[in-house]
Amino acid sequence: MKTKIRNVNGTNGTKADKKIMRQKMRQRMWQDRQLYIMISIPLIFLFLFSYWPMYGVLISFQKFSPTRGVFGSKWIGLSNFKRFFSTPSATRTITNTFRISLYSLIAGIPFPILLAILLNECRGGRYKKAVQMITYAPYFISTVVMVAILFQLLDPRTGLVNVFLNKLGIGPVSFMTDQSLFRSVYVWSGLWQTTGFNAIIYISALSAIDQELYEAARIDGANRLQKIWYIDLPGILPTFTIMFIMSCGSIMSVGFEKVYLMQNSANLAVSEVLSTYTYKMGLINLDYGYSSAVGLFNSIINTLFIVLVNTISRRTSETSLW
Amino acid sequence: MKRLKKETDTQYKNQIRSRGDKIFDAIVYLLLGLAGLIVLYPLVYIVSASFSTPADVVSGRVVLFPVNPTLLAYQQVFKNKRILSGYANTILYSAVGTLISLTVTILAAYPLSCKRLVGRGLFSKLFIFSTLFSGGLIPFYLVVKNLGLLYTRWAVVLPVALNVFHIILMRTHIQTAIPSEMLEAAEIDGCSHVGKLFYMVLPLSGSMIAVLVLYNVVGQWNSYFNAMMFLKDQDMYPLQIILRDILVMNSVSSDMTVNISEMILKQGLADVLKYALIVVSSAPLLIVYPFIQKHFVKGVMMGSMKG
Repeated sequence: MKTKIRNVNGTNGTKADKKIMRQKMRQRMWQDRQLYIMISIPLIFLFLFSYWPMYGVLISFQKFSPTRGVFGSKWIGLSNFKRFFSTPSATRTITNTFRISLYSLIAGIPFPILLAILLNECRGGRYKKAVQMITYAPYFISTVVMVAILFQLLDPRTGLVNVFLNKLGIGPVSFMTDQSLFRSVYVWSGLWQTTGFNAIIYISALSAIDQELYEAARIDGANRLQKIWYIDLPGILPTFTIMFIMSCGSIMSVGFEKVYLMQNSANLAVSEVLSTYTYKMGLINLDYGYSSAVGLFNSIINTLFIVLVNTISRRTSETSLW
Repeated sequence: MKRLKKETDTQYKNQIRSRGDKIFDAIVYLLLGLAGLIVLYPLVYIVSASFSTPADVVSGRVVLFPVNPTLLAYQQVFKNKRILSGYANTILYSAVGTLISLTVTILAAYPLSCKRLVGRGLFSKLFIFSTLFSGGLIPFYLVVKNLGLLYTRWAVVLPVALNVFHIILMRTHIQTAIPSEMLEAAEIDGCSHVGKLFYMVLPLSGSMIAVLVLYNVVGQWNSYFNAMMFLKDQDMYPLQIILRDILVMNSVSSDMTVNISEMILKQGLADVLKYALIVVSSAPLLIVYPFIQKHFVKGVMMGSMKG
């Protein structure tokens, strides 16, 4: 570093050089002042809605009262966390969260890849486009409408599915209240909605594969299954790894929106997850400190998971998010 | 590149296909058809049910096409004041939210794309870290409350205005699609950063801005959580909250069904109303998306390029 400075300025005194460097930097910052003014606006948003809440996490260690604020409330150490782990809700919500997200993570792996490969192999241009268009239409349906569709189609009395089952002689199944079916309904309806969209990223990865590889495989006499196995799958592996790391980062954060809408008193034992529990404790019971502690526990687990999977992936496959 | 691919495609077609190849193709077509049907059938059924009479839906006579087509349900939906006000609110939030979010995104992306900016690394890290760790629901809620946004319309648009993913997309676009030589030349000619942003970056970012508009509109149109948390006044509710009340929580209000005789009501007018409501609320996005899907896909691909 020092030699570099000398070379630039052609003098020997490092102190003077540093001064010049600093002056130059200041000059450059003054030239770029418009940039700083621009970025200050997004930074204000960032600090208000991301970093201020991070600071607000302190209330997890307090017996928080909104009127007294963070400064005036009583510090109680880890009591809120202890209280959470001593209730039966703790194990129940943690297991529920974990089981739901693991289920959707694993079930969600093969289908987008399969769809992408099928679309890639399809030679009929229009047919391919039509299927692609249809399969990712449900992505644009809102969570509320998605859950409403479930309620309508799975209704034990009038729902389409049960009308069919009735004709087959199978008695009505109460999908939305049956505890053993909750996870499956949640996961498979999610797959119905997102498989087409998630396939896009693999389709783009497939189209980026070097055409010469296929040419070489053809000359070597590989059939199409072999091409898929030896060229396509290794070709989309980096993309898959990135997607996998990202989903691992949310393994303990089952999206609040859909679970909350699907919840009812009959399935609560399997449908209460950390995010819905946090919401109810905080905004319905107004137990801010306690709820914030549960949320913090959730955030920490999430961050740990994404860092862990990222590290493992970087060591083993050299693909990583950072 | 595209032409090259086409040529190889026709080469393939001209080759005499082996029997195994033909079977393979048939299986591909079959599986894709199956995937299409699985997705399409429920959607078609919902539309058909919404146009049928309640009695036919409940008894299971509607299988694919509407039976005894009627607009009864739609008349009721469009008479409902809550639904109309929800619609208006959603359009308002989508428009204002998109405008604010786009401004914030561009104001972050342009400085971050300038390699010479002192402190650029620090700014990037600040943005990225916020995606890895969050303060959680309650601290977030308290911030909105402390800012005095609670129970105001601003609470629906301001907290979600900053989106780090969008900033990364826009920044990548500026760095890759706009030649840096051009920006440098403008600077030598005495153009300020604001000038460069308005006269060079923005005019050359039309496609990326279209992608971001899409993301914002779809996001705002479909979200309900922030509105549920932060709003109290019925007149401010976006469509999704009203849908939730009617569709999921089953509160078909009396003003929706008051004009119809009780007998039809019993036969499931509520059901048909719900189907109609599903159609009415989802139709705008589903009708528009085939025309814009190219941009949407482009956004996803740009995002994956970064990874």
